[in-house]
Amino acid sequence: MSQKNKIRILIAKPGLDGHDRGAKYVARALRDAGYEVIYTGIRQTPEAIVTIALQEDVQFVGLSLLSGAHNELFPRVVKLLREADAGDIVVFGGGIIPDYDIPGLKEAGVQAVFPPGTPISAVVEFIESCSVAGVSS
Amino acid sequence: MDTAGLAQGVLAGQVRSIARAISLVESGRAERDQLLDELRRRDDPPGEEQSIGAAVIGITGPPGAGKSTLISRLIMSVRETGEKVAVLAVDPSSPFTGGALLGDRIRMDLHGTDPGVFIRSMASRGGTGGISAAALETVQVLVSAGYGTIIVESVGVGQSEVGILTLADIVLVALTPGSGDEIQALKAGVMEIGDLYVVNKADYPQAEAMVASLNAALEETLRGGLAPLVLRTVATEGTGVAELYRAIGERLDQLHRTGELERRRQQRVIDALREMATDLFSRWISERLSADGDAVSRGIPFAAMRQELEQFLEQFTWRNHNGQRND
Amino acid sequence: MSIQDERERWDREVVQPVLAKQQERSGGDLQTSSGIPLERVFGPDNLDTGEGATAAGDATARDYMEKLGFPGEYPFTRGVQPTMYRGRHWTMRQYAGFGSATETNERFRYLLDAGQTGLSVAFDLPTQIGYDSDHSLCLGEVGKVGVAVDSLADMELLFNAIPLDQVSTSMTINAPAAILLAMYIVVAEKQGATRGALRGTIQNDILKEYIARGTFMFPPAPSMRLITNTFEFCTRELPKWNSISISGYHIREAGATAPQEVAFTLADAIAYVDAAVKAGLGVDAFAGRLSFFFSAGSDLLEEVAKFRAARRMWAAILRDRYGSRSAKSQAMRFHAQTSGAMLTAQQPDNNVVRVALHALAAVLGGAQSLHTNSRDEALSLPTEESVQIALRTQQIIALESGVANTVDPLGGSYAVEALTDEVERQAREYLAKIESDGGMVRAIENGFPQREIEDAAYRYQREIESKDRLVVGLNCHTRESSNACFDVMRHDPRVHDAQIERLKKVRAERDNAAVQRELNRLRQAANEDGADMMEPIIECVRQYGTLGEISQVLRDVFGEHRQHIGM
Repeated sequence: MSQKNKIRILIAKPGLDGHDRGAKYVARALRDAGYEVIYTGIRQTPEAIVTIALQEDVQFVGLSLLSGAHNELFPRVVKLLREADAGDIVVFGGGIIPDYDIPGLKEAGVQAVFPPGTPISAVVEFIESCSVAGVSS
Repeated sequence: MDTAGLAQGVLAGQVRSIARAISLVESGRAERDQLLDELRRRDDPPGEEQSIGAAVIGITGPPGAGKSTLISRLIMSVRETGEKVAVLAVDPSSPFTGGALLGDRIRMDLHGTDPGVFIRSMASRGGTGGISAAALETVQVLVSAGYGTIIVESVGVGQSEVGILTLADIVLVALTPGSGDEIQALKAGVMEIGDLYVVNKADYPQAEAMVASLNAALEETLRGGLAPLVLRTVATEGTGVAELYRAIGERLDQLHRTGELERRRQQRVIDALREMATDLFSRWISERLSADGDAVSRGIPFAAMRQELEQFLEQFTWRNHNGQRND
Repeated sequence: MSIQDERERWDREVVQPVLAKQQERSGGDLQTSSGIPLERVFGPDNLDTGEGATAAGDATARDYMEKLGFPGEYPFTRGVQPTMYRGRHWTMRQYAGFGSATETNERFRYLLDAGQTGLSVAFDLPTQIGYDSDHSLCLGEVGKVGVAVDSLADMELLFNAIPLDQVSTSMTINAPAAILLAMYIVVAEKQGATRGALRGTIQNDILKEYIARGTFMFPPAPSMRLITNTFEFCTRELPKWNSISISGYHIREAGATAPQEVAFTLADAIAYVDAAVKAGLGVDAFAGRLSFFFSAGSDLLEEVAKFRAARRMWAAILRDRYGSRSAKSQAMRFHAQTSGAMLTAQQPDNNVVRVALHALAAVLGGAQSLHTNSRDEALSLPTEESVQIALRTQQIIALESGVANTVDPLGGSYAVEALTDEVERQAREYLAKIESDGGMVRAIENGFPQREIEDAAYRYQREIESKDRLVVGLNCHTRESSNACFDVMRHDPRVHDAQIERLKKVRAERDNAAVQRELNRLRQAANEDGADMMEPIIECVRQYGTLGEISQVLRDVFGEHRQHIGM
């Protein structure tokens, strides 16, 4: 009997920001959408997030940040993943991210940025499109 | 999938290989058996050695008992000895969506980037063929990767979550005074499985009363021939953890000397096999019955079904891993 | 016929024929934002008249005095001062702070010139968590959500040319509140001000950090000890200073309902008062300096009811639980801030209208001071123009709306009184549960309030996704266009480097032996149970010991708290 790998997603809060209402909502909503979700809790370093992503063998890392440190912290997570030979893990982000920062984040390897008010269906669609495209296999 | 390469990575202790090997084991895909064979072949042969080998410590208790904090402290104790330690945290998955929220890393993140600590979450309905088999095989992967202590954590809320503890060498039940835990503990059946009972948050006022009622409940109980111990900790402050860690070691030694440890290790393989067989078989039956809707709508012919199954089982052969028939 | 009978008759004879032609709207919008069902029309029969009432609606004078009374006396339901805004308007206090101390100082002086009457300092996250700007964990965070303060040198720049004996200053600082208060005192003393003249507030509310906001440092027990220390110190040295601002704001913003906001805030307050009383303080010696901080959201009637219920409950708690005899202790003074979570990034100009509603709720609810959010806060830090609109919103309510000209203008409204009763009833249930589970510190350790808030937040968000709850511009009346219809404020990337330069300079130029000596004295005090830590911290600060160094001493002694989430 064969079964495809379950999609595992890490929802992480890098930096010092303690506002986790959004991150917790996304984690729970993705769970309800049928994924296995690991939530890190607040105040994680990029190094710890990458270690967790590797050990948990996730296909996605979702980063949530409201403090404005995304330009430093999001790209750092991508960079550390690549250094760990795990550049195939898809990184996406959310929180208070001004429009003008989005191109730079995408340039740095963050594959999608979801602003406040994004319906969860948009996140699910993104995850499914990546999975179909074979990014996570 | 290159299972030989993956096995090599596991044996070399590479994090990504270990993680992927666990995913493979959980997935139930056919290559998992190849992988496990590779690992068995390359592991040192079991031989006549007298040592305990890797220790599997099971921890359960109701939510809010401070299990994660306690585990975090135990990790520190293990790391002080220089040994590598792994944690397998089992969380319930949703029976409706199959999704799971695995949040137990919180409080264990003190060890965020310590290369000697490997933490993995597993959803209780994640595997095909039963969680116990997946967990047991995960433990096998972790042992091959050189982890000398493996902590298996489970939230004691359901049968499959408590059942998973049968794969442990020793079982520790964490409880907190004064929040109705005693009743919950009894309900979840954890009073029947603990070698050690830890009253965490022992600085709470009702702690002594709880210790007393635990001692009373466990009076004349023997577990593996030994009386279960009741200990006190305040995990947030580290109080009592050194004593707990020592007690775990001593109890393991005793279980080893009496042969109980070996018996448990055999029993857990039997349990996992039984669970796997039951799981696979019940899925197979369900699929067949729902495919054969007509039969069901006509009323199930029990006698015919029984006959068919008995015939099937008569023809079923049991082989051991060397391929020899065992019947 | 009783009013109840009349209501039934009315329903039968007048309402039903209308409903037969036109049904009412159904779904989520016929209840409050917290899910309290709303009657078609409230009447005297909906009021909880308490014991002694002979029939529904037949409120006696005794009931009125026990439940509502007159403003300025027990139970303060209608307001904490007898004349409220007829005497003086609330303090208009805009929270501000970003980048360097010098930039923030400029913004403060701009706000004071624009007619603001009090200062409110936002600190960046490294400051709020007790790290110096050059700490490895501070990557990208320096000067972002507030001003970076590493040492007395930064505090001197922050309040440059602002006479501290003449303004009142609120500082949003919690885990290291004692350290920042010490810096403020030393700056004031250097300006020639006396301690007794200082007016202001430190937030100093650690319990809600564990529950909702996340800027904790130490475990609960030593945190409570530090807070009790500041209570003792302020009672003795700073008689005009609010030693704590017990905050429901962040609890609400994290997704709590209105009754949860009231309940968890009061439960926190009870824990602080318990700790101080246990440390030997008389309740009426310090309770008058406890202040509160609530959120003001869009559901106008429920919000007004919430503020009134909170005041009534606090007065009863002080009187009945602690035997307080002082009206000053029993009167709940509170700051309000308009809700950030209810603003939308979509069509941000609509936020101006939302903020006006929020602010109106705070004023009708009797706030002592108010921050109005800027329309662009869901996008970024507010621009000066947006901050001005926010401040003007308050001024228009104060000067043009007329609602400030009579005390508690909604008092006696059947709807508001019934909602006040219901918020109180639900909050009391929570308080009873927390009490029976061993108090708030334990409840937090067990993750109880966290779980309740998470569940409420999840329900709320699900309702928005399913459109059971409508938000204009977000899930209805949407428009395809970019969010940024005006300039937003950008961060100056040079702030970080300049901050670290100044920090290095401070470390190089100070008397390092003196710093070590004072840090050691602090370590001794911290190690000695019950010893005062405030004076040793003031001496560390005076010698330009940095926030990170002082915090590290306390971390060494107290350990660090890890988050507990109850998902």
